[in-house]
Amino acid sequence: MKKNLWSFAGKRRNWSIPYILFLGFFVLVPLILIVYYAFTNNSGGFTTENFRKFWMQPEAMHTFIYSVGVALITTIICLLVGYPAAFILSRMDSHKSRIIVLLFILPMWVNFLIRTLATVALFDFLGLPLGEGSLYFGMVYNFLPFMIYPIYNILQKTDRNLIEAAQDLGANPRQVFFKTILPLSYPGISSGIMMVFMPVISTFAIAELLTINNIKLFGTTLQENIYNGMWNYGAALSVIMLLLIGLTSLLNSQGSAKAAEEGGLI
Amino acid sequence: MLYAPIIVIVVFSFTEAKVLGNWTGFSFKLYASLFQGGVHHSLTSALWNTLIIGLVAALVSMLLGTVAAIGIYNLKTRARNAVQLVNSIPILNPDIITAISLFLLFVSLQISQGYTTVILAHITFCTPYVVLSVYPRLRRMNENLYEAALDLGATPFYALRKVMLPELRPGMISGFILAFTLSIDDFVVTLFTIGNEGLETLSTYIYADARKGGLTPELRPLSAIIFITVLVLLLVINQRAAKKRL
Repeated sequence: MKKNLWSFAGKRRNWSIPYILFLGFFVLVPLILIVYYAFTNNSGGFTTENFRKFWMQPEAMHTFIYSVGVALITTIICLLVGYPAAFILSRMDSHKSRIIVLLFILPMWVNFLIRTLATVALFDFLGLPLGEGSLYFGMVYNFLPFMIYPIYNILQKTDRNLIEAAQDLGANPRQVFFKTILPLSYPGISSGIMMVFMPVISTFAIAELLTINNIKLFGTTLQENIYNGMWNYGAALSVIMLLLIGLTSLLNSQGSAKAAEEGGLI
Repeated sequence: MLYAPIIVIVVFSFTEAKVLGNWTGFSFKLYASLFQGGVHHSLTSALWNTLIIGLVAALVSMLLGTVAAIGIYNLKTRARNAVQLVNSIPILNPDIITAISLFLLFVSLQISQGYTTVILAHITFCTPYVVLSVYPRLRRMNENLYEAALDLGATPFYALRKVMLPELRPGMISGFILAFTLSIDDFVVTLFTIGNEGLETLSTYIYADARKGGLTPELRPLSAIIFITVLVLLLVINQRAAKKRL
């Protein structure tokens, strides 16, 4: 008996079994539970009522569409601000850039809530009203580094020879950028987009605190429902959110695959 | 620009003013009240909880994740890809979804929520990162070292300790740090798994406080302290890294 146990433990691949069980129980089962709850009502019977509720209520749909809009706008702002920032960073010599990267990461280590509250404080201090403006500011403030970092990384790793080759072939700086550097950085851009768009859709804390609960985002609706015991409806909303995220990642990976094909061969 | 909000808070943590924008004189009173008992007992206990939960979760994640990484590395291709896929789910999922899913799990099993559930939840979302952190080191490691140790008569566990772990240690350490950071910073998952017994972590405490009325004056010195601690930490790390390069 003992010999068998020993040889079982000796096979390293069996070491993964505890973790597989763990993953199954704590990751897969809960997800299945969400789907289960989404399709049942209070007494456990099968129903699609939760989803119908979502379609029927104009408020819920409205919040959803609004949140997607906010996420899109935030992502675009982050891109417009982040790409140049990442670009400048990648052009600096390594000593300076390390310090600046550090300065960028530093606020991220401060607790997320404190950062958000700090933004509220800032707006209070400047006497600006909280509302949509502060919402966007808060979102961009929190997620900009997530956009900058992947783009910076990819720009760093770009083979300088490719850029030189383009220049040798007679391209002016503008062409070098748009035809060479930009396409090569698509993977970074798409990571950045994912890392901003997804969280913006799902955070509720920022919206709640920065607008004194005036503006509701989809995440807030989710959280409220679960908090108030409407688990089934909340679960249905989660499924919808998951579908949305799944959709965006699919679109994203298709987009970047295409770009890699076109932009990779120069 | 990134620092404006934080600087405002730090500056105003030194006054007693109720409203930001009124400088009523330099004072340490807010700092003092932070460390005294009374209302802020819940803050110190929240802080304590955060640290304990973070350490326990990070430790367990590190151990579980390392063993898991070794196991996964040795799986056959199809099983390995499947496990890696499931492993990446907690990483890719937005935290609300993870939080709700775990909430439903605990509720369905009628497990009362408290310390245990929070720690379990944290382990769930930290371990994948540890696996991701240790796995690359496995790939770089020379496989034959372990086999050689076995051939020379070592038991699997001895070989593990003396041969593999030293190679994997950097990955384990960075995994531990990552797990710890994720845990103490986490907010949403903790919120959903904390139950009604009054357990609080730093994040939930701040959240509860902020809901009442925005940034209370007491929170300002707290934020300032956290910020300065982080700054010091990062400077120290940077210094050490710079020294190594020399």
